[in-house]
Amino acid sequence: MNEERKGLKEKITNSDIWRSIFRHGYENTGRRYTLQILQNVWLHLHPPRISRHALNFRFTWCMGGITFLMFLVTAVTGVLLMFYYRPTAEYAFADVQYLEFDIPFGMLLRNMHRWAAHGMVISVMLHMFRVFLTGSYKKPREFNWAVGVILLLVTFFLSFTGYLLPWDQLAFWAVTVGTNMARATPVLGHEGPFAPTEITQSNDVRFALLAGTIVGPSTLLRFYILHCVAVPLLASALMALHFWRVRKDGGISGPL
Amino acid sequence: MEHFIALVTKPDNVPIVAILFLIPYFMWLSYRQARQTDKTGVPSDAHLNDKVYVWPYLCRNEFVCAIIVMLVLGVWSIMIDAPLEEPSDPTKTPNPSKAPWYFLALQEMLVYFDPWIAGVVLPGLIIAGLIAIPYIDTNPKGKGYYTIKERPFALAVFSFGFIVLWIVLMIVGTFLRGPGWNFFAPWEYWDPHLVVPLTNVNLSYLFGIRSETTANFFGFVVVAGYFALGPIVYLWKHKTSDFLQELGLVRYIVVSFLFLTMLALPIKMILRIFFNVKYIWVSPWFNI
Ligand code: HEM
Repeated sequence: MNEERKGLKEKITNSDIWRSIFRHGYENTGRRYTLQILQNVWLHLHPPRISRHALNFRFTWCMGGITFLMFLVTAVTGVLLMFYYRPTAEYAFADVQYLEFDIPFGMLLRNMHRWAAHGMVISVMLHMFRVFLTGSYKKPREFNWAVGVILLLVTFFLSFTGYLLPWDQLAFWAVTVGTNMARATPVLGHEGPFAPTEITQSNDVRFALLAGTIVGPSTLLRFYILHCVAVPLLASALMALHFWRVRKDGGISGPL
Repeated sequence: MEHFIALVTKPDNVPIVAILFLIPYFMWLSYRQARQTDKTGVPSDAHLNDKVYVWPYLCRNEFVCAIIVMLVLGVWSIMIDAPLEEPSDPTKTPNPSKAPWYFLALQEMLVYFDPWIAGVVLPGLIIAGLIAIPYIDTNPKGKGYYTIKERPFALAVFSFGFIVLWIVLMIVGTFLRGPGWNFFAPWEYWDPHLVVPLTNVNLSYLFGIRSETTANFFGFVVVAGYFALGPIVYLWKHKTSDFLQELGLVRYIVVSFLFLTMLALPIKMILRIFFNVKYIWVSPWFNI
């Protein structure tokens, strides 16, 4: 019986059709495993081998990886959303409504984008918590922790700039409240302590952020460009640096 | 109560409800590993120190993890719709106006400090402090495994900041702050016309000081004295404490300054809630 099955398997894998699809067999060897990582453009950031404890869910909680996955989901769904959305005060709100009611799976698309963004904020906070609890920021990973802190801010900023785009009451007032404090920046905000008299409502830091004295159409455009172009590019660059440093610093930290 | 349930089930508040479960779960998970390490004196994963191939072992884990997370996200996205309220209207201010949930701890700080401190100085110091952590924590132990015994001070300070001053304040801001940013218990009705009498007074007033100049000076002394606690402890202890010797003067100054700044928030909260203190230091240029 076993012999028979082996013969059948050989017959299939030696057939012209099979050989035309798969160029060679799959050997179960360490060399093969290593090449699998080294030759794959998506996987080559991994080292070929890692310490066994790094596989443990209870050590890393998978939170760094989940953060990255959430970022990828928002990138893909975000590009799709951009096909239906115009960042102007006339159209923005109506485009979101149109997306929800008239585009096939438009509501699902919007939901996935929003919940993945919220998910990213949760997972990045938990990731930071676990890196602290395992003391993984200690030598030689000090700098990668600093890169992480910047990534945390970038994640908040990505989420915050996106919050304005639906241009509804929720968006408008959350961003109004969130940027109000910038008025009080010492020296650079017009209501802050030690502000020189030249600093007014229309040239302080809040003005630079909002492109106006209140949240308005220019703010919408500014946040749109930050949200869809500038900040994602920055985040991608920093993540590349972050992952590269995880590897260069000796892989995931461990007890030895 | 119904109204509280509506608040908890608001689509944008789902992440906070999730956090309510996730944080205790992960604290329990890490506590179990730390306890094992501390009991045996050997890191709980020390025996898993051989090397394995990333393909297939790690890639398989990543794949399974990604599928599970995508399933959760998919179900979440099918079940709960993203909110869309009325079109924005600058003339109609909602009460309360809230920032997105992850900024509510910052918004909560606005109750206790003026905007330039709560909105600018403290966030700046939080960022600087986070980046500084690896450079001021000189303890070489507890690297790459869970433990409590080997680094109790670092864990206590960070956990207090993360759990209490960040997560808890975020939850308070989301669920317990209503119109006028007044505090409402879950079973209370959010009355938009509730008037809370402002009976807060400055610290100097509590001490019977009425003259403005004296009050200004008094405030300066209290704040300066508070931050002088750091150097005083150093002068007093640095000869006898190994911890301080190892830390060194510069690191000590940074640590004590950040530590005292962090504690200033709960101190001000207690002073406000129990003693109705408005400002500690009123000066012609700024108030603290
Ligand atoms: C967009 C945000 C971020 C992404 C995508 C990300 C991703 C990752 C990934 C995939 C790892 C591998 C280990 C793991 O999954 O736990 C990692 C490790 C690490 N991350 Fe992040 N991270 C982010 C933010 C942060 C933040 C906010 C911090 C800290 C403030 C941080 C500090 C670190 C450190 C120190 C390591 C090395 C941990 C070790 O060796 O055990 N990262 N990060």
